[in-house]
Amino acid sequence: MKQLFGRPQGLTDVLQRYCPGCGHGIVHRIIGDLLVKLDIRERAVGIAPVGCSVFADEYFNCDMIQPPHGRGPAVSTGIKRARPDCFVFSYQGDGDLAAIGTAEIVHAAARNENITIIFINNAIFGMTGGQLAPTTLPGMRSTTSVQGRDIKTQGYPIKVCELLAGLDGPHYLVRTAVNAPKNIIATEKALKTAFVNQLENKGFSMVEILSMCPTNWGLTPIQSKKWIDDTMIKYYPLGEYRNRAKEER
Amino acid sequence: MPERKLMYGNHAIVEGVIAAGCRFFAGYPITPQNEIPEFMSIRMNEIGGVFIQTESEIAAINMLFGAAAAGKRAMTSSSSPGISLMQEGISYIAGADIPVLVVNVIRGGPGLGNIAPAQSDYYQGTKGGGHGDYFTITLAPNSVQELYEFPKLAFELAEKYRNPALILADGLLGQMMEPVEFTQAPVDPDTLREPPYALSGCKGRERRVVRSYDLKPGKLEEMNWQRLKKYQKIQETEQRFEATACDDAELVIIAYGTCARVCDAAVRIARAKGQKIGLLRPITLWPFPNKIMSEMSKRIKNFLVVEMNMGQMIDDVKLATECRSKIHFHGRPGGGVPTPPEIYEKIKTIMGGA
Repeated sequence: MKQLFGRPQGLTDVLQRYCPGCGHGIVHRIIGDLLVKLDIRERAVGIAPVGCSVFADEYFNCDMIQPPHGRGPAVSTGIKRARPDCFVFSYQGDGDLAAIGTAEIVHAAARNENITIIFINNAIFGMTGGQLAPTTLPGMRSTTSVQGRDIKTQGYPIKVCELLAGLDGPHYLVRTAVNAPKNIIATEKALKTAFVNQLENKGFSMVEILSMCPTNWGLTPIQSKKWIDDTMIKYYPLGEYRNRAKEER
Repeated sequence: MPERKLMYGNHAIVEGVIAAGCRFFAGYPITPQNEIPEFMSIRMNEIGGVFIQTESEIAAINMLFGAAAAGKRAMTSSSSPGISLMQEGISYIAGADIPVLVVNVIRGGPGLGNIAPAQSDYYQGTKGGGHGDYFTITLAPNSVQELYEFPKLAFELAEKYRNPALILADGLLGQMMEPVEFTQAPVDPDTLREPPYALSGCKGRERRVVRSYDLKPGKLEEMNWQRLKKYQKIQETEQRFEATACDDAELVIIAYGTCARVCDAAVRIARAKGQKIGLLRPITLWPFPNKIMSEMSKRIKNFLVVEMNMGQMIDDVKLATECRSKIHFHGRPGGGVPTPPEIYEKIKTIMGGA
């Protein structure tokens, strides 16, 4: 019998410990698929963040490293410069990338470092239990903004694609989502572009992915998908924020 | 005869690092070590190595983490406040059992302090420095020659034990000029074996994971006990020191780095006046050379610790000498550098009242 669908070889054969309805599994699968399709699994080095996806070092079937919170882009830089033939990807959440790791992501982008960043934006700190993230929407509740994010005291969210698009450095910046099949297909396409960019030595690529966190949002998985459509995408519009390949054409 | 050249200490470190086969440097400017990244940027460019001026010391140490986890010799340099920023990364690197080299050209502290020479990062450099149970292998050079020679030794020890190594210099050593003999046979980095942990892509082998965490109950405890065995072995086998005029000494000075140089002059003054004074210079600050001190303390009643700080090494000397001897102290914190006559005065006081 011919198998039409299964776990890609780019993922290890272990149970992933994510909550029901979480978006990490979808993105993991796309990455696992691409590692095989682009034939780069055997020269890939992945960077797992601190947060829910810290366990990514057990899930991706390639060499992996787990650095301090926020330092993925710096560790990626070290690996890529030391071994330019390796394919280096850094998988980061919004606390990791947009709070404690802001300096590292901005400067890796400014250097147009030839690495690929996968940035999961679910507008909340996941693993620590739902605290305010730099991406938490105004008025959105978290365990450290129980009345909703008060912009007077807690400021505004950081729109990372827009922020990095202010730099000359980065090659490719795009925002997608994984709440619906159409958006998942766009995410796969964007990730493929970001991966190929590195293989072609184009430089810094980041795919920001709006992703569900039903557990910490206090919503069901289905409500969570809808919330992305109705609320999150309005604040974080999808699309390309930088694509040097198109500008060069 | 090896080539001989008059060099700044900070430049000698660069040549020593390159002779050791290191082709990766990441760092951030801070006085009094700026000549290291400046000269490194030129030299790495000449030899096709990697030089990255980072956005912060935090980024620098994490770039080292990446490069060293990829199996390459990697180093950074900084001075006290910058080394504080690196402690998070050093802890992760120690927890992942990855060898790197960090050079601290110490300046006066705490806080912004000043840019004068100091040894006030002794605690930080010998007790781990960051969070968690770990130690760094810590070397204390006392000459420009040793600044040139110790990087290779540091890399070899770091790799042998899979542990970060630290060179503790100070602003005076970094800024002074002395002749250097190029004694090291240059290491060709291509001849270095790929270490068993190296992240290089899993072609033809099992995938590798470099990490400092384990959340399975009991596993981290087990990992830490394993690491203790490594530390015990280092303490057993890697204690390094230099003993000068100690055989018949009635008072032995214990000093490292710049202070050892000053004390060496003080010992010569004392000897010329017929006083039996010796100098014991720890070369490894961790592992601390406690075996020789324990041995000496059975015979020597008085030790004088001299440091450019408020007395951070005293604890280690007291433990090593097991309370058999009297431990005196002469220190200059905040960027002060003692002079030989100043130390000789202290010697006279001790010997007169001993």
